[in-house]
Amino acid sequence: MKTIRVTGGILLVIAIAAVAGPWLSPNDYVTTDFDAILAAPSAQGSHWFGTDNLGRDLFVRTMLGIRVTLMVAIVASLVSLVIGVAYGAIAGYVGGRVDAVMMRFVDTLYALPFIFFVILLMVAFERNFLLIFVAIGAINWLDMARIVRGQTLGLREREFVEAARLTGVSTPRIVLRHIAPNLLGIVIVYVTLTIPQAILVESFLSFLGLGVQEPQTSLGTLVDAGVAQMEQASWTLLIPASLLALILMCFNFMGDGLRDHFDARHDR
Amino acid sequence: MLRYTLLRILGAIPTLLLVIALAFLMVHAAPGGPFDEERVLPPEVEANIEAHYNLDEPLPKQFLRYLVGLTRGDLGPSYRYRGHTVSELIGTSFPNSLKLGALAIVIALLLGVGGGTYAALRQGAFADRFVMGLSMTGISIPVFVVAPVLVLLFAVNLQWLPAGWSGTEGVGRYVLPVITLALPQIAYIARLTRASMIDVLARDFVRTARAQGLGTLRVIRVHAIKPAMLPVLSYMGPAIAGIITGSVVVEEIFGIPGVGQLFVRGAMNRDYTLVLGVVVFYASLIVAFNLIVDILYAVIDPRVRYR
Amino acid sequence: MSLLDVTGLSIRYDGQAVVDGVDLFVERGESVGLVGESGSGKSQSALAILGLLPARAQVSGSIEFDGQQVLGADDALLDRLRARRIGMVFQDPMQALNPYLRIGVQLRQVLVAHGLAAGRDADARVIEALTRVRLPDPERQFRAFPHELSGGMRQRVMIASALIAGPDLLIADEPTTALDVTVQAQILELLEEIRDNTALLLITHDLGIVAGHCEHMIVLEKGRLVDAGPTTSVFASPRHAHTRTLLEAAPRVDRGEVPAPVDGRTLLAVEAASVQYRDRGGALLDAVNDVSFAVRQGETVAVVGESGSGKSSLVRAMLGLVPMASGKVVYAGEPLEGPVQHRARERRRDLQLVFQDPVSALNPQMRVRSIIEEPLLVHEKGIGSAERLGRVTAMLDKVGLEAAFLTRYPHELSGGQAQRVAIARALVLEPRILVCDEAVAALDGSVRKQVLDVLRSVQDEAGLSIIFISHDLAVVRSISHRVLVMYAGRLVEVAGNDDLFASPLHPYTRALIDSVPVPDPVVAPKAAPLRGETPSLIDPPSGCVFHPRCPRSDETCASKRPRLREIRGTRVACHYPLDR
Repeated sequence: MKTIRVTGGILLVIAIAAVAGPWLSPNDYVTTDFDAILAAPSAQGSHWFGTDNLGRDLFVRTMLGIRVTLMVAIVASLVSLVIGVAYGAIAGYVGGRVDAVMMRFVDTLYALPFIFFVILLMVAFERNFLLIFVAIGAINWLDMARIVRGQTLGLREREFVEAARLTGVSTPRIVLRHIAPNLLGIVIVYVTLTIPQAILVESFLSFLGLGVQEPQTSLGTLVDAGVAQMEQASWTLLIPASLLALILMCFNFMGDGLRDHFDARHDR
Repeated sequence: MLRYTLLRILGAIPTLLLVIALAFLMVHAAPGGPFDEERVLPPEVEANIEAHYNLDEPLPKQFLRYLVGLTRGDLGPSYRYRGHTVSELIGTSFPNSLKLGALAIVIALLLGVGGGTYAALRQGAFADRFVMGLSMTGISIPVFVVAPVLVLLFAVNLQWLPAGWSGTEGVGRYVLPVITLALPQIAYIARLTRASMIDVLARDFVRTARAQGLGTLRVIRVHAIKPAMLPVLSYMGPAIAGIITGSVVVEEIFGIPGVGQLFVRGAMNRDYTLVLGVVVFYASLIVAFNLIVDILYAVIDPRVRYR
Repeated sequence: MSLLDVTGLSIRYDGQAVVDGVDLFVERGESVGLVGESGSGKSQSALAILGLLPARAQVSGSIEFDGQQVLGADDALLDRLRARRIGMVFQDPMQALNPYLRIGVQLRQVLVAHGLAAGRDADARVIEALTRVRLPDPERQFRAFPHELSGGMRQRVMIASALIAGPDLLIADEPTTALDVTVQAQILELLEEIRDNTALLLITHDLGIVAGHCEHMIVLEKGRLVDAGPTTSVFASPRHAHTRTLLEAAPRVDRGEVPAPVDGRTLLAVEAASVQYRDRGGALLDAVNDVSFAVRQGETVAVVGESGSGKSSLVRAMLGLVPMASGKVVYAGEPLEGPVQHRARERRRDLQLVFQDPVSALNPQMRVRSIIEEPLLVHEKGIGSAERLGRVTAMLDKVGLEAAFLTRYPHELSGGQAQRVAIARALVLEPRILVCDEAVAALDGSVRKQVLDVLRSVQDEAGLSIIFISHDLAVVRSISHRVLVMYAGRLVEVAGNDDLFASPLHPYTRALIDSVPVPDPVVAPKAAPLRGETPSLIDPPSGCVFHPRCPRSDETCASKRPRLREIRGTRVACHYPLDR
């Protein structure tokens, strides 16, 4: 519980900063400060995170990058949540041959080097922002589908579901009252663990120059730009890189904590 | 066991075909071809080019032609690297990727399994929490952050190791790319090993072995290590996929002429035969690897063979 | 000096005592029974002797083995005692043996670890040990994996591994609880025979086993010692109230009152039912083969049999939870067909089921009130929430639970409370027939008695018919009016309670009854009546399925399948029925 609270708190602070931060700063994300090209972080000109090679304020850009990164990740996770839960629940509840075919398809997709497809899509479809969400969501639903399917299959065989069928409870009500509530815990855990994966993919694409378009930015784009400047101005790399790592770490620790929490509840 | 192996091999064939078909369809569904960016071509020239690459044929026929070529190891001509076949291009760049990937996997297994087992035996103690905290950090830092930071530290500031690939020789140039690739895998495998070892050590048969006076080391060596390795074995498929993904970044950053770099260039240039070739090549590799993993799994767990 | 001398043993977890000041001693060569219900601390005490408790357990007191202090000893000393001086047999041999290692390897390790033998010599001694526990074809089993053996064979292997290093004391923790009753008899007999001069500390919940196999006994309740002494005197004059409760709650298969037969009209009939399954490998197996029976109004019909007898499959098919390969079910003159979800709602409410494991049978996310209320929401849409609550509360009261339980979640209930909630859910619709599938098997003796009393009172009140599936013959004898005996998917005998237990006609029924340990030290335990175990259903024996194990079988039995025929009111499927 402590882990969940601490990591949740950090993420909340980061999210609030990302939303409110740009208002507090006198700078914006496109204007060039000609007095400060590649300036180190200082209170001078309120460039708290320094500036980049175009003299743009890195604090505002980083906060904006966090916004984009978090948004992409959350939307992508929701996409994967919807596809994965629906797919897994159907396969698991229907069972039999339908399940076998559906899971065979998932196994096949697992063998695809997905990131290559995403790269291809990005190139072919001109880096459509919406497409990034869809692409990332499309990668991540596989795990969710597998887990939900396994759980549903197990729940379907549980005796309380049989008891419900025996007393005449309708299938929709069984799914709603008996299956869904028992899936909730594991789904929450895996959404939490999907978010950092989505962040990774998004920033990976942005890093390759295939993600968010300039002058918009994301943490991956900032890291990419930082790599180019790191020999003269290491802060351009280290600040967005460590924020990215911190966010990923928080989500990972939180997912872990949630899993322990739900596991412990199950064991009782 | 033989029956199981044969069944598994047979089962992998449709998977492979489906994967190739999916890749083929996706690549052909992508709008725009390699020649779009050049000046608008006269229709006759375009038709000529299309005929040359058999693009005028119906899709099923193209797919069959592609499959036939595959059986001979022919992935078709590259659109962009004129005069080179895709097989040639992959053939020259793959050894570099393979060396990096294989080294990374071996290192990841050694350190990951060792660290995870150590942490499991010290469960709850400082050493355990230290190793696990470290590995969570390892999982959370993306490859494209690790690589530049390592370069900044060891190549730029300390100047111990070369930052790039070309123009350098010897073992030195492998160090940073391999570490970068291995790091997240070490971390993941360590966590996996620890969890599974703790799980196995709590099983009844381990208690039996302890009741027989086997001693901790013997209990682990004889009874616990095999079952504890099963999740790690299952993870080998995804691990390979992860290494392949990572290699795209690592090869870009360190300027290594490997398959990852080849792919990114191919994608940027809309060299679709090349892109398709790389996807099919890596997909086959992953399918083959999963097959080996499945068979090894049955070697360790005798109960699986009967399913 | 005693071989084992435990004084003032206490075990605490986070300050909570699970064992509190227990004294026990075992002399050389004698057998001592350690008895108690779940949570009495009997297994914890045994684990403490071998130093096998988890590190967070705080143990105090003294454990001396052969004059040596074991409590707090280092691993080196403990490892020398384990197996070499003290052997241990655990409850479930499937879990207690390593599924990834061949039997031979696991046993050889014991010898190698203690430096007793190596190489060929060790292999030879392992095979010798496997032969001693009468494992058929020991050379072949040496190379087998545990899952390739039957439950009884696995437990023989476990015993062989515990005795292979020649210990002075054998600790057996519920060694037969996971086994069928005819196999239990074999294993108990084996333990008696081969332990020679090895002392035995037998941990069990079954007073019958203690009565038949232990010279001394110790009774634990919630971690405290409540009674101890020679077995005969503890049974004859228990000092503590808890011991008396345990003795009273232990039904006997050999004597005592049985319910008088019921003469109601037939409510439900199952005709020529067969159920088939496919196993993992795709092989078809006959779980139930051509079984017919009827249930009268207000009657309790027991279905007894060992694992794999098809008793559960039979009733699940009857209820429409699994498909019936052939045969039909007639309820109140009308056929019941198809899977349960296709059956008419009004029919469904008349047949309800109570499962073995109450924890799995209750949705962990629902409160007791919602659990019991749900059937009413489906079937009696007209009634308001106040009336519903009234009926739920009344139902809870009927099964002996207060209204305070309404807001509890299943994990906040004990096993017996959870099972009563499950019964309340099944009864809230006022069904005509209640099916209990091993409904009391997971419960402790004293709790089991309460649940059985609830069932009896509901039956008397509402004229309920009960189909009572159980492997426990003593319980069956105490509750049922009529008994069906099943073996390997076939019905072998159907008789009234009195007739069946007093003079069974089928040799299998006889063997089943004789295998049940009687909780009375005056009654000497019978020799294990049967060899071998239940046959495979994929490839069942020809003729009479029971013939390979039957003491009376001849060529006819091997070739010709016996039909059920009626002899003086009993239906029996046997070529050579016993005399009455």
